[in-house]
Amino acid sequence: MSRGARPASAGSANALELRGVSRLFGALAALSDITLSVQPGERRAVLGSNGAGKTTLFNCITGDFAPSSGIIRFFGEDVTAFPPYERIRRGLRRTYQISSLFAGLPVLDNVYLACRGVSRNRYSLLRPRRDDALVHAAEGLIDAVHLTAVKDQLVGELAYGQQRQLEIALALSGAPRFILFDEPAAGLSPTERRDLVHILTGLPAHIGYIIIEHDMDVALRVVESVTMMHNGRIFKEGRPDEIEADPEVQDLYLGGGHG
Amino acid sequence: MATLETRSPSIDAGARIGLREAIARQGTAFWIVAALLLVMPLIATPFWLVQIIAYAIILGMIALSLMFLAGYGGIVSLVQMTVAAFAGYLVAILGDSAITQISLKWPWWATVPVAVVLASLFGVLSGALSVRTEGIYTIMITLAIASAFYYLSLQNYTIFNGFSGFNGILPPVFLGVDWGGDVAFYYLTLGSAALAYAAVIYVSRAPFGLALQGTRDNPRRMAALGFNVTAHRIAAYGFAAVIAAFAGVLLVWYQRQISPGTAGVGPVVDILIIAVVGGLSRPIGPFIGALVYVLLRTFSLDLLELVGLDGKRFQLLIGLGFLVIVLVSPDGLIGIAERVKGRYRRGREARTAEMGGPGGQP
Ligand SMILES: Nc1ncnc2c1ncn2[C@@H]1O[C@H](COP(=O)(O)OP(=O)(O)OP(=O)(O)O)[C@@H](O)[C@H]1O
Ligand SMILES: [Mg+2]
Repeated sequence: MSRGARPASAGSANALELRGVSRLFGALAALSDITLSVQPGERRAVLGSNGAGKTTLFNCITGDFAPSSGIIRFFGEDVTAFPPYERIRRGLRRTYQISSLFAGLPVLDNVYLACRGVSRNRYSLLRPRRDDALVHAAEGLIDAVHLTAVKDQLVGELAYGQQRQLEIALALSGAPRFILFDEPAAGLSPTERRDLVHILTGLPAHIGYIIIEHDMDVALRVVESVTMMHNGRIFKEGRPDEIEADPEVQDLYLGGGHG
Repeated sequence: MATLETRSPSIDAGARIGLREAIARQGTAFWIVAALLLVMPLIATPFWLVQIIAYAIILGMIALSLMFLAGYGGIVSLVQMTVAAFAGYLVAILGDSAITQISLKWPWWATVPVAVVLASLFGVLSGALSVRTEGIYTIMITLAIASAFYYLSLQNYTIFNGFSGFNGILPPVFLGVDWGGDVAFYYLTLGSAALAYAAVIYVSRAPFGLALQGTRDNPRRMAALGFNVTAHRIAAYGFAAVIAAFAGVLLVWYQRQISPGTAGVGPVVDILIIAVVGGLSRPIGPFIGALVYVLLRTFSLDLLELVGLDGKRFQLLIGLGFLVIVLVSPDGLIGIAERVKGRYRRGREARTAEMGGPGGQP
């Protein structure tokens, strides 16, 4: 697939565009008829109660699960039938709600793998040299999430919060164009939350993202638009202040005392 | 495969150590074994040198190719012995043998590379066929490929010469050395195995090997990092097949003949046994497993007769040994050695701590 073959409209196309995306698990419609567009550089929160289908939405966008129906475009290109790695190589990134790391490898190797995965020479039989650019890139990412002190430790030995930070570092590797964060703040300490907000607001302006987050203090501070989900459907979209003020939303979600 | 976690130092450590430091980091055991292997021709009889040690090294190399796949990739392939046998057959078919109506009599320097390349392609193809399966299904598919090759070689007379196969295959003479001589052949196998061993260790910490360990531990995340897990596994089959193919060339020079039995179901499974008994977590494991296997095969007959049993039961002894080792240690002999070492070290630390002597700090 030649990179030049990308549609000429890529500059004006939506970063992400979903048309009628549904996903069934047996009889359960985890997603039904989701239509959504996100502009390049746009930052959006997806909110909704447990089981609303937020993570399933991410899984369909990255290709972890194929949607049962519907079309997904990434910067204008129809990626619906692409395997996950093809989408990642085009600049999509994600974090997992439940940390999905390489527990038997040190922190540096985890991040190095992430940098390798979106570079050429994934099959290189040569060990990196002392001045390897990707090792430097990996060290930079580790520094950004404050893990430099533990960079040689096995990931399985890290504290929970540190593993969550590492999840974020993996999603920032290479040249991301759009990132999906699945509850990145869950289980973080107040300081770590502040660091997270700092990282998110500090991302270059051209990098857009969707963040799933139950903590409104985090979610509404780092986005310009909000999508509310319930039972696999989108039921409201708007600016953070509109959503916060919406009585229906307050009923269903904010005041609902959800777990 | 969770118990078989194969750990390597970080990519960074790999980058920062040069050859000299890598050598300096080896323990005394490594140097004793290396020195012993180097002077072996001075102390061992030709029988020990070739029939025991060189043979064990060759089988160890084939098992090493399986260790690479299983230890780093979580892929249990039963096709490695078949790759080796195919390379051996190609040496006989393309080169010289007593079956003059088939053998093409190419010189060794043309035969060996072509044999290795074709056998490696066969390994890649087997990988492509089986790589989408996991666990027991991989074992079944690779076993099916191995059996198919066995029956092909048994029933085809125009290329494989059927049941009788090829004999009269001699190691080459070059650089003024007859590599079929006991000492020369020993050093040839030792040198090849050392190269294969070093290559596996080196690659395990190179991006390719590191990513392979990633596909073993978390294939879904690897795909979400941009890796094509299927292609990566097929490439791993290719790397392993190159090692197995070289070992196959040595094997046919060692046996000086090759026939369907070389890659029958028995030998195919024996490679798995060797690798598992030795231990899949480190590249040295397969060589230890192979040595134990060859010793048992060679001497269990005498041993059994010594205690008044039928010498033909040596397979039983091997089977029992296999059972005991796997039951005692999920990581084979390596695992046992490591536990003994750990206990010894702890015991010594406890004693120094008790005596309140120096060096008692953790
Ligand atoms: N792999 C799966 N197999 C079967 N059902 C699934 C699977 N993944 C999700 N589901 C179901 O789909 C629905 C949506 O799940 P999803 O994980 O997308 O919710 P969520 O909005 O991310 O919830 P949470 O806030 O708890 O993370 C749930 O009812 C869940 O049980
Ligand atoms: Mg979720």
